[in-house]
Amino acid sequence: MDTESTHSGYSYHSSRSGRSNRHGDRSRERHKASSSKDSSRSERSVVINPPDTPSQDSPVHNGEPLPGEPTPAAEQGDEAQDDNWGETTTAVTGTSELSVSQEEVVGLGKGIQDRTQSFRRYLPLAVGSCVGLLVLATPLVFLLLPAVMWPDRLQVCGAACEGLFLSISFKLLILLVAVWALFLRPSRACLPRVCVYRAFLITLTLLLTMSYWLFYGVRILDAQDEDYHGIVQFAVSLVDSQLFVHYLAVVLLELRQLQPCYSVCVIRSTDGETRHYNIGQLSIQRAALSILEYYYRDFPLHNPALLSASKHRAAKHLAGLKVYNVDAPGNAAGAQPSNGNQSRAMVTAAGKRKDSAHNELYYEEADYERRVRKRRARLVVAVEEAFTHVRRMKKEDERATPSDIMDVREAALAIFPSMARALQKYLRTTRRQHCHSMESIQKHLAFCLVNNMSPKAFLEAYLVPGPTLQYGPERWMADQWTLVSEASVTSGIKQGTEFLLKCLDFSLAITVKTIPYIRLTEEYIDPKSHKFLLLLQSETSV
Amino acid sequence: MSFVPGQPVTAVVERVEIQKLRQGENLILGFSIGGGIDQDPGQNPFSEDKSDKGIYVTRISPKGPADLAGLKIGDKIMQVNGWDMTMVTHDQARKKLTKKREDVVRLLVTRKSLEEAVKQSKGCYHKP
Repeated sequence: MDTESTHSGYSYHSSRSGRSNRHGDRSRERHKASSSKDSSRSERSVVINPPDTPSQDSPVHNGEPLPGEPTPAAEQGDEAQDDNWGETTTAVTGTSELSVSQEEVVGLGKGIQDRTQSFRRYLPLAVGSCVGLLVLATPLVFLLLPAVMWPDRLQVCGAACEGLFLSISFKLLILLVAVWALFLRPSRACLPRVCVYRAFLITLTLLLTMSYWLFYGVRILDAQDEDYHGIVQFAVSLVDSQLFVHYLAVVLLELRQLQPCYSVCVIRSTDGETRHYNIGQLSIQRAALSILEYYYRDFPLHNPALLSASKHRAAKHLAGLKVYNVDAPGNAAGAQPSNGNQSRAMVTAAGKRKDSAHNELYYEEADYERRVRKRRARLVVAVEEAFTHVRRMKKEDERATPSDIMDVREAALAIFPSMARALQKYLRTTRRQHCHSMESIQKHLAFCLVNNMSPKAFLEAYLVPGPTLQYGPERWMADQWTLVSEASVTSGIKQGTEFLLKCLDFSLAITVKTIPYIRLTEEYIDPKSHKFLLLLQSETSV
Repeated sequence: MSFVPGQPVTAVVERVEIQKLRQGENLILGFSIGGGIDQDPGQNPFSEDKSDKGIYVTRISPKGPADLAGLKIGDKIMQVNGWDMTMVTHDQARKKLTKKREDVVRLLVTRKSLEEAVKQSKGCYHKP
């Protein structure tokens, strides 16, 4: 049944991800419920509630509002007369209890989780610095041990050795900087799995160093070799091999992904915003990371307030249909569509209502456009007028009264009130008022005044929804992303790979295609071959 | 009516004799020509084959000498006073038609309807 399935879905969801974003989730649910109440109140259409149901609003206790939501509310009332009533209510209370207990458990486990999170974050750094130290210290130890252990028997070597010492020192310096640059810098993201190439490179380095130690131990320490020149050359060869491994690391980690071979299509699930990008050969998690960086740059801010209209329409489609369950005993009254014909009955009934629905949509959208344009016109005029009141101070104004001379903050505060009302109304109409706070608007105004921008330049930030990074950090939700993939996330992307990046309210569906193999042929045209004829059709009268 | 290189051109022609009319200093014939081997044959509205570069009659002034002589619009001029008109430039054709010393021009013209008329008359002929 619908009720049970949605509730069980929620509890599954909450138990699956026991992260601390549950707090954010709950507050977001409350906000969503209130916003949906607001929008339903402002709806012009009339919805007639069947007498059993309490309200048509989306229920508060569901994590993800589905279009079919009011139906469970309706069905709840209907099934109140069923014998299954007892089971349904138990599921309801069970869920709410479960969610409360989930909060407690999350609170308990949070301490442990924080420690494991920081452990995970610093692990690559720790491993990298250990291996780096090993790599740097080994050649020096190779050189120093003979001089310490059997100095009297060592053959002195002259200029050749000094040359080799110089080369070792410079190569070690370069290796030091290179290892820091590639492995020890703080990573800009936290990926779910270890990067395969890094693990491979660290293993290779350790293997190399171990085999050198082995040879050193057997050939030089045990035999107490006296040829110092040979030992120095041995150390130099180790540093060279390490540099080559580092070169391999640069190619694998940095260069391989630069050449684009795949074209990626990213679609946002809520409003269908689509973008295409070209990326190189990467693992799925690295590809997801670069796609997310593009997301923050290119996609306009996700605005849940704009999506409520279609959900209301979908709700109205289903709300007008009463679906009776024939199998429940004691429910002989009412229409008799059995479960097999249910969908057909719904579709035919929906077809009859369709005539009014698209008409409503058309007029609603036309009306909305008109309102937005009217508010926009008022806003543009108000801002232009406000900007005429303030002007940059010129040389001759130095004689003006000091009370008139203001710094940019005061100037912004002075002209802000005249445009505040128009701006607020416009943002309310386009449902973006929650993205901009008063301080942010004043700050932006000060910025525009300092840089001599026109009123149109100032307004552009509010007329068009910008990329997510433009707004404050509370909108970024950068730590809430989940990668959902059927293939292993460390495998490389291929033609036809599909995966999903889930955030709280929406998800990004990603499809991968290869860039086609382009065959370019050449055609040579002799520049002298450009000759022309004049074609006429003259008519002469004789 | 178009030609195949290497093959003789055959056509059913009509003999048209036009008396030139004196108008002030000029002798006019009362029609306009178009076409020629230096012209673009694709723009000729009267030719059947758009690669035909012959000389065509493009306009007839009503009640002019050509009209009275029976020249029709869209006719292809094959000969003017014995001079060939199938392989000439536009200017050469104009010159042959407007010689000041000649009062009369005898044209051989061909048109589609002539071919059809001949075909029809041939068709009615029964072999004994």
